[in-house]
Amino acid sequence: MREAGGRRPSLNSFIKSALSPTGNLGDSVFRLLMFAVAALMVIFVVGMILALASHSLPSLRGFGFGFLTGTEWDPPKTIFGALPFIYGTLASSLIALVISVPLSLGVAVFLVEQAPSWLARPVTFLVELLAAIPSVVYGLWGIFVLAPILREHVEPPLARWFGSLPLFRGPITGIGLLTGGVILAIMITPIISAVVRDVLAAVPNTQREAALALGATKWETTQVVLVNGAPGIAGAIILGLGRAIGETMAVTMVIGNRPEISLSLFHPSYTLASVIANEFTEATDDIYLSSLIELGLILFLVTFVVNAIARVLVWRVTRTSAAAGLAA
Amino acid sequence: MRLSNMSLRVFAFFIVAVLIAIAALACNGNKGGGTVKLQGAGATFPNPLYQKWISEFSKATPSVQIDYQSIGSGGGIKQLQAQTVDFGASDAPMTEEELKASPGPVVHIPTVLGAVVITYNVPGVSSALRFSPEVLADIYLGKITKWNDARIHADNPGANLPANDISTVHRSDSSGTTFVFTDYFSKVSSEWKEKVGANKMPKWIGGIGAKGNEGVTGQVKNTPNTIGYVELAYAVQNKLPVALIKNKAGNFVEPTIDGVTAAAAGAIATTPEDLRVSITDADGATVYPISSYTYVLAYQDQKDAAKGKALVDFLWWGIHDGENFAKDLQYAPLPAEIVKRAEAKINSFTSGGKPLR
Repeated sequence: MREAGGRRPSLNSFIKSALSPTGNLGDSVFRLLMFAVAALMVIFVVGMILALASHSLPSLRGFGFGFLTGTEWDPPKTIFGALPFIYGTLASSLIALVISVPLSLGVAVFLVEQAPSWLARPVTFLVELLAAIPSVVYGLWGIFVLAPILREHVEPPLARWFGSLPLFRGPITGIGLLTGGVILAIMITPIISAVVRDVLAAVPNTQREAALALGATKWETTQVVLVNGAPGIAGAIILGLGRAIGETMAVTMVIGNRPEISLSLFHPSYTLASVIANEFTEATDDIYLSSLIELGLILFLVTFVVNAIARVLVWRVTRTSAAAGLAA
Repeated sequence: MRLSNMSLRVFAFFIVAVLIAIAALACNGNKGGGTVKLQGAGATFPNPLYQKWISEFSKATPSVQIDYQSIGSGGGIKQLQAQTVDFGASDAPMTEEELKASPGPVVHIPTVLGAVVITYNVPGVSSALRFSPEVLADIYLGKITKWNDARIHADNPGANLPANDISTVHRSDSSGTTFVFTDYFSKVSSEWKEKVGANKMPKWIGGIGAKGNEGVTGQVKNTPNTIGYVELAYAVQNKLPVALIKNKAGNFVEPTIDGVTAAAAGAIATTPEDLRVSITDADGATVYPISSYTYVLAYQDQKDAAKGKALVDFLWWGIHDGENFAKDLQYAPLPAEIVKRAEAKINSFTSGGKPLR
């Protein structure tokens, strides 16, 4: 795949060759068709950004940059500030990653490196089944099962042992940022682990054999495999992060929906996607509607920026690890 | 790969069948031989009742087809203003600004009544809690923070109230239920009126936001020391613990259908000619104070006489025969006096200057 990239024709010559009658007609038609499909996707994305931007013009004009930094959200008084929602989105997604990444890597390593195939198959199936559960079901489960467990058995010890940190202070209700993050972690784990599993399975067996032949233990061999798969693993994490940022229903049901910024993980919070889902249907006046659409635009940008940052990080990490590999 | 003759034939047959079906549907739509179609949209709260009304009414009058979509009160008003529906529906009456922004005079027809009830989860409390309006408002204002507060004790002598923090739960989605609830607080607490006010989507002081009646219920049921509010019908169907509220006459009343109808009757003196009225905190010994009307909205002058006639017939049927279905579905029927006044409003519909009834 990658080698083929060097021989790809420029756009100009590509269109020319596609239109010229020389060569197989079927090939030209097929090429044009695929080009159209790819172009359509680009048009979708650009069109969506344009539509969001044009509909949020009234609020962009009305509030300007203050919309991003405002911490108050009071529709009846037409005061709109997006910062609590941006914070809630980033914080809940970060919690989800912190929990989900080690979990997903563990599942994938077990399935590829350790489990016998009679066990790996059913476990793989079950993990992937988690991805197929509708998010409203996760939300209900969150209210009825997860929140009570966190309230009774997880948050009190956290408050007792780490209460000196501002992260674990405040009243314990089981509804808040931590619960939102945990439920997101459970939702993105099947996605990350499924991709990581494929990545690890694609690492050539010669790598493992070489490591073992040099006297490496199983654990050391696994390290070699993980380093080999690092770019793919990073891609999997980015995919999971994207899902976490955009997830709406399940988070709405457990995060408490309070537009306030608090360092405490026990405190109710609010995400960009949740506030849009909650308030869109009855946002009747224009500036209110426009503000909600601007939140959608911000959600788009947040996803974009986070993705870009993640990609730069991946690029740096893989470069340095490759360099380290060479040096060693 | 080549399609066999057989599969080609099947395919052609299928295409022809689809075309015929489309043509048949199109003819049906064009012809409309005597059938009138009405499109309505709005409040979610009365939706179960309206669906019942529509199915019963079309049994009696097969020539009229009605479709109602529960998209929310705000959406109903917006669609009415845009004239994309024949009638709208809303729990809160339209505001002066909304009426001004409409292309013609709008008539409000009250259909039934509903109530907002207080539900709670307080460990150790066995009998129903009682609240004075000011105490309830101060809980939601964050001024009363503990369940064993002296003011809650004063309303509930003998109750075993724990020394725990109160968590308030409110609707995170915009809702007519929230409007009624905050409208009530605005009447009983000047501080609430000043700080928060009556709104479908107010800025809450603290608390947990939950989506829909089911979200509030789930949160309250599963979180000790919480208090929340839901629609009466929802609370009855789910057998939730509900609080007694002190009304204007000083009695603690349980939320019941009769108490809600009594609220409408108690507010008759202050009900204006156009029937746009808030009946929270109404006068009367048996009144349940957090009650409200729900309305059907339509333009006084109907462009299409046939549609206008169908709408008028439907509404007339609704406030008479239709009221009989209300109680079974946990809605409070209109008091007789209001039915009379709604009749007058239905009689005021015209098309091209001619009355429709």
